[in-house]
Amino acid sequence: MCLAVPGQIVEIFAAQGTRMAKLDFGGIQKQVCLAYLPDAVVGDYAIVHVGFAISRIDEASAQETLRHFRELGILEEELGMASDAEYAAPHGEVCPVVTP
Amino acid sequence: MKYLAEFRDGEIAQKLAAEIRAITTRPWAIMEVCGGQTHSILRNGIDQLLPEEIELIHGPGCPVCVTPLDMIDKALAIAALPKVIFTSFGDMLRVPGSDRDLFRVKSEGGDVRIVYSPLDAVQMARENPAKQVVFFGIGFETTAPANAMAVHLAKKEGLTNFSMLVSHVLVPPAIDAIMSAPRNRVQAFLAAGHVCSVMGFWQYPPLASKHHVPIVITGFEPLDVLEGIRRTVQCLERDEARVDNAYARVVTFDGNAPAQALLEEVFTVTDRAWRGIGVIPQSGWRLSDAYADYDAEHRFDVGAINTVESTLCRAGEVLQGAIKPSQCEAFGKQCTPRTPLGATMVSSEGACAAYFNYGRFHTLERATIG
Amino acid sequence: MPPTSTTVASTPSSGPQLADTISAAWACPLPLRDYPTIVIGHGGGGQLGNELVEHLFKPAFSNDVLNRMADSSVLSLPPGRIAYSTDSFVVRPLEFPGGSIGALAVNGTVNDLAMSGATPLYLSAGFILEEGLPMATLGRIVDDMARAAKEAGVRIVTGDTKVVERGHGDGCYINTSGIGVIADGLDIAPQRAQVGDVVIVSGTIGDHGMAIMSVREGLEFDTTIVSDCAPLNGLVAAMLAVTTDLHVLRDPTRGGLASALNEIAASSHVGIVIRETALPVLPQVQSACEILGLDPVFVANEGKLLAIVPPQHADALLAAMRAHPQGINAAVIGEVTAAHPGMLVARTAIGAQRVIAMQIGEQLPRIC
Repeated sequence: MCLAVPGQIVEIFAAQGTRMAKLDFGGIQKQVCLAYLPDAVVGDYAIVHVGFAISRIDEASAQETLRHFRELGILEEELGMASDAEYAAPHGEVCPVVTP
Repeated sequence: MKYLAEFRDGEIAQKLAAEIRAITTRPWAIMEVCGGQTHSILRNGIDQLLPEEIELIHGPGCPVCVTPLDMIDKALAIAALPKVIFTSFGDMLRVPGSDRDLFRVKSEGGDVRIVYSPLDAVQMARENPAKQVVFFGIGFETTAPANAMAVHLAKKEGLTNFSMLVSHVLVPPAIDAIMSAPRNRVQAFLAAGHVCSVMGFWQYPPLASKHHVPIVITGFEPLDVLEGIRRTVQCLERDEARVDNAYARVVTFDGNAPAQALLEEVFTVTDRAWRGIGVIPQSGWRLSDAYADYDAEHRFDVGAINTVESTLCRAGEVLQGAIKPSQCEAFGKQCTPRTPLGATMVSSEGACAAYFNYGRFHTLERATIG
Repeated sequence: MPPTSTTVASTPSSGPQLADTISAAWACPLPLRDYPTIVIGHGGGGQLGNELVEHLFKPAFSNDVLNRMADSSVLSLPPGRIAYSTDSFVVRPLEFPGGSIGALAVNGTVNDLAMSGATPLYLSAGFILEEGLPMATLGRIVDDMARAAKEAGVRIVTGDTKVVERGHGDGCYINTSGIGVIADGLDIAPQRAQVGDVVIVSGTIGDHGMAIMSVREGLEFDTTIVSDCAPLNGLVAAMLAVTTDLHVLRDPTRGGLASALNEIAASSHVGIVIRETALPVLPQVQSACEILGLDPVFVANEGKLLAIVPPQHADALLAAMRAHPQGINAAVIGEVTAAHPGMLVARTAIGAQRVIAMQIGEQLPRIC
């Protein structure tokens, strides 16, 4: 349950009396109902489920979470504390796709 | 995609897994309620990164799996009617009813169409005034606001040829029921992040207290799931039965107020039968009396529905985590993805379908952390 | 080494108008253009049908074999084993971003022939048209076929047209079958994958299927994704110039890369492992899949091939492919293993593994 995908609001308009928006999802644009985010503005990110934006993404919170992830394990490493897990980088291939 | 790709980083996933391994000192059984999280776990292989002590029990969070059989049969009967356009999310097309599924109805001449959004169904009603458009409104609280808006707009516009067959289910009563079941083994929950983006998480502290379980609001990408598990294990190790929000970029305590307001208006809480589990009181939503005219159950008289559930199917026990799919006698024999007896073998995040695929891979070993 | 940024296959141009394909020598008092749509008579074998052939199909596909207009076309074939393939095309909508049913009909059969290492030579084209199909639409489809045939270097040498009543067909169905010749010394077949072989994909996956999705009712979205519909025989020739020791070639059409690799694994009784981070996927295709809950490995391609090749040739083949317009994003994506015979396994981005099983039917958009 709950496939919801993040997109950025690029346009807000009304259709049939309902607050709608055009969102950009990594290059795809789709019309989405924005009625549940009355305070959202162009430029905001929101998550979208079945054509409805149901929550704004708090970008500061997102960055904070990512920062926390990046710092994981650093304290242990700095203090020389060994984890009982063997760490090795994954195979380092990167998707070789080029933009058209 | 921004705010997706960053949460799939392989190196950080390994680090989170190492963290979990470092803090785990004894076995724990954790249930993720949401089917989307189950899907992410299976698709990314997240459980393979966890230490042996952590068992993930895949809960009944797949609305496909739990939609009651008589509701599926009603959908099939309505879809087969002439002059009906039956619209549904793609997930429901192959779910077996008593004797067939929506795909079969389509092949027999029923006008069954997949839509991405319930608003597409409303648009179809506008464009096909001579037909009755019915939308199959299933899902958890995440999908309910969309379904509510669709029927609200239909009513506002006076669309007499639109109706909804509603079978919504609610998460907190399910958690309550699972924890209250006699054979329950679940010690903590990963709560469904997108359900909570709508409803907030104010419903969970009483549950956490009542059953003395940690409940961690968790997202869906690999890093979100691993972080949710990490915080859950931390709570378990410290014997802290509290609620923690590990999906703060999307979930707030109060949730989405405008969505909740419309849900209040459009839906009424009701007892709901969960396929394979049974009736959980006050665990579902039906259309409120104000919207009774738009209720497909009232509009279409499809006669008596005699449901025939396979006697071999033990999906309910699987959904509650009581047995593993491989412990069901029909598993892999009468019941396969090609010939499913129950919804847990049909759905892509059904535990039985997942086990069927992995079970063939006997030499699969847990990926070493690193 | 990832390829540098270049454009992938460009969108075919809109092509000549219907009027341009009609013979300048037309002198009949009932010119083709007076029938704006197909009528039952066009399939009747009488004057209307003849007009369609003389003033649409023949000028578009013109070649000395077809122009003889015999009941069966007599062909001369170079020496070698004959490859023969047929395919029917029922796509909706008939025209979509980056192509049409016409382009698919030619390239699909050309590619099936090329996947056995054959040089495609001759195609047949059978049309089942629905009464009411706009003549202009048929004209564009036929133009696409003519252009595709020219690009692939094949000749359409025989054909047939039938018309069904309105409501009994999706506008246009096309069947093509094709003949090609396989040079001696080639043994390219799904049973030939061997442990240790390398798996190469010729470019980005999922383009075609998502281009179709983007215009499908109820699922539309705005995008620049176009179908990758293209002939692959030139690419295969370039690969064979590097080595004739290719083990398997396969174009992953319906069911995507996952179905094709599953079938090869089963045919050859080997296991196949791919690395998800190595799969080339256009960002927009990835995004579109995310929104609809689809996995790119199951999405159809119409201008890509999978090659399973001995490891010692992989580097040279990759270089040759990347130098070819149909292979600029070619990449090694995995290998053939003795483990888990008959199964396709993927190493996920987080270092775990998942089994990629064949889908039961078509992959459907999901909300869960």
